[in-house]
Amino acid sequence: MRTLKFLLQKEFRQIFRNKTILRMIIAVPIIQLLILPLAADYEVKKINISLVDHDHSAYSRRLADRILSSGYFRANDYSADFGRSLQEFQKDRSDLVLEIPAHFESDLVTRGEAGLFIAVNAINGVKASVGASYLSRIITAFNSDVRMEWISPPRFNPAPLIEVVPLNRFNPHLRYPFFMVPGILVILVTLIGINMCAMNIVKEKEVGTPIRKHHFILGKLIPFWIIGMFVFSLGLFGVARIVYGIVPEGSLLLLYGFLAIYMVALLGMGLLISTYCSTQQQSMSVAFFCMMIFILMSGLFTSVDAMPAWAQWIAKANPVTYFIDVMRMVVLKGSGFSDVKGHLIAVSVMAVFFNSWAIWNYRKTT
Amino acid sequence: MKRFTAFVKKEFFHVFRDRKTLLLLFGMPVAQIVLFGFALTNEIRNTGIVVCDYANDEASRRIIERLKASKSFRLDAVYQDRRTIESAFRSGRIKLAIVFPAHFNDDLLHLNAAQVQVIADASDPNTANTVTGFATGIIMDYQREILGGVVLPMQIKPEIRMIYNPELKGATNFVPGVMALVLVLICVLMTSVSIVREKELGTMEVLLVAPFNPILVVVSKAVPYFLLSLVNLTVILLLSVTLLDMPVNGSVLLLYFESAILILCALSLGLLISNSTSSQQAAMIISLMALLLPTMMFTGFMFPIENMPIPLQVISNITPAKWYYIIVKSVMIKGLGFSAIWKETLVLVGMTLLLLGISIKNFKVRLA
Repeated sequence: MRTLKFLLQKEFRQIFRNKTILRMIIAVPIIQLLILPLAADYEVKKINISLVDHDHSAYSRRLADRILSSGYFRANDYSADFGRSLQEFQKDRSDLVLEIPAHFESDLVTRGEAGLFIAVNAINGVKASVGASYLSRIITAFNSDVRMEWISPPRFNPAPLIEVVPLNRFNPHLRYPFFMVPGILVILVTLIGINMCAMNIVKEKEVGTPIRKHHFILGKLIPFWIIGMFVFSLGLFGVARIVYGIVPEGSLLLLYGFLAIYMVALLGMGLLISTYCSTQQQSMSVAFFCMMIFILMSGLFTSVDAMPAWAQWIAKANPVTYFIDVMRMVVLKGSGFSDVKGHLIAVSVMAVFFNSWAIWNYRKTT
Repeated sequence: MKRFTAFVKKEFFHVFRDRKTLLLLFGMPVAQIVLFGFALTNEIRNTGIVVCDYANDEASRRIIERLKASKSFRLDAVYQDRRTIESAFRSGRIKLAIVFPAHFNDDLLHLNAAQVQVIADASDPNTANTVTGFATGIIMDYQREILGGVVLPMQIKPEIRMIYNPELKGATNFVPGVMALVLVLICVLMTSVSIVREKELGTMEVLLVAPFNPILVVVSKAVPYFLLSLVNLTVILLLSVTLLDMPVNGSVLLLYFESAILILCALSLGLLISNSTSSQQAAMIISLMALLLPTMMFTGFMFPIENMPIPLQVISNITPAKWYYIIVKSVMIKGLGFSAIWKETLVLVGMTLLLLGISIKNFKVRLA
């Protein structure tokens, strides 16, 4: 017990003495948490559009006005030259080209039908499909307005119409940071846990510290466990609450209980990696490789439901998936213990599994 | 020159002896291409939904059938009680709930107007938007079916063409991004850590007193990573062409030339980091936290740059990977030539010269 106490003292001294590492552990996550959610804004807005108007009629101008006043689009250029617009398109200055053909208005009025040509820069598939659907929605609305002017509407619906009333629950203003901040906080805690732990233990190996094993392991794990808890609290109360106004809906006790077990699982994994590596560069490479797969497969950016079956299995074996899910559920939706029971069991099993494997392997190697 | 080749050889031995580091060097690009290509999509598939059906009549049942048949949705349950929706949302099983009011079919057929409520879990705003749109589309399909073949007068028929990526594959967007990410990561991280390692272990002194220009000691450390990055680039290109059916529309030679510039830029950055730190952990944390995340963020392949606040947009300009990403997109996908990308190339070259200049100036022959 006494040895452990001195070891912990030594670890904390080492961490606090090294200003670079201290700064990186504390400051960088906070800065990332401030900047990343601002950047990770997937909402599609400000789509640059080039309008090519061969018609120059009242209708074509009204359509253009309507598109530009919708708020989604920003006119890049407005001309009658398709070739020039295509050049803008190639240079990525515009995302969409709308070509209004000659005789658009007269075709619509006299022939009862008119065409439009829309070219979409589809390198970014999501942006392309969202932009195209915004544009078609505006065109449809414009279309029904024009129709109304020529054909007077009856007093009652002539045919059955269903009205869909949408409601956005849990985040009525659709603020993207609400979704991203809890997830990014998890990633930062994870990065610190695995990488620091794996590298730090291997460092002692490289240097060769003579000490008893269980003391050594506990002396290493406890400081990182505490640092993880600290960074998490700083992120949750310091950044999420003050900057983004995110107040957890659910119980803090549940959140911290989960974090405590999650950190044990994470540190177990870091320990495991360190037992297989003999240099810091190795442990860093392996830890980084695992982290990258964990982050990508965690559902932070893309939904786990949409993955193919084999990828869902990987996601299920990934502790990060569970914690991100729990964070979002508890913080945003106020889910309770019974809702996250399954997650809690999964992470506990992982904690036991990684730590026992790590200790077993540690005995074997040294 | 002979001594230089001997040094480079030594560094190659260092790299190849270390199997676990090779996992990162070669495993990462392959894993990223596979994951991005096959596992990660922004599509809506298998989203859990519940229906709260107070009507329980023909119309509501027919719409439920349609929802069930859709690949986007997985029907979790049909309730008759509104309160269960809340707990279903809390448990995380569903992202959407649809509520049919009582007398839905009667209202629809007799009053010609009926309402449906679509409640989305908006904690993820984008998914909420898309899922609501899909559900609305399915309900509207039913409406069109009961309307029959009524043709509306005065139709505007837009013809939409998706250019550069007609199938809206995600790969077109991320392959250039993965290229930038892998090149920057390997060069910066590996160079800085491997140089600092010599410092930390105390072998750097031996190298520096060797009868040999000290700058070349460091350069010889960068050579293996330069070559390995080019190998990685080839692997990524081959994988994306064979596995993901990606086009390489422009000149391959130009692509390699531009990549070489980015690699040089990243190596200079790695050198700079190794100059300013003395422990491997610090070098790694600086590379990871201060470089990897910004590269992921500001390249524009994960997050749209034009959505960011103006200060961040300005900051994004100092990320070399951003310019490289623009270049690769232009050459590889749009098939443009050098005349379209000379400005971006110039920016990259300028950054490389600047970084190289600073790091050579700061290079210390003596250790503390």
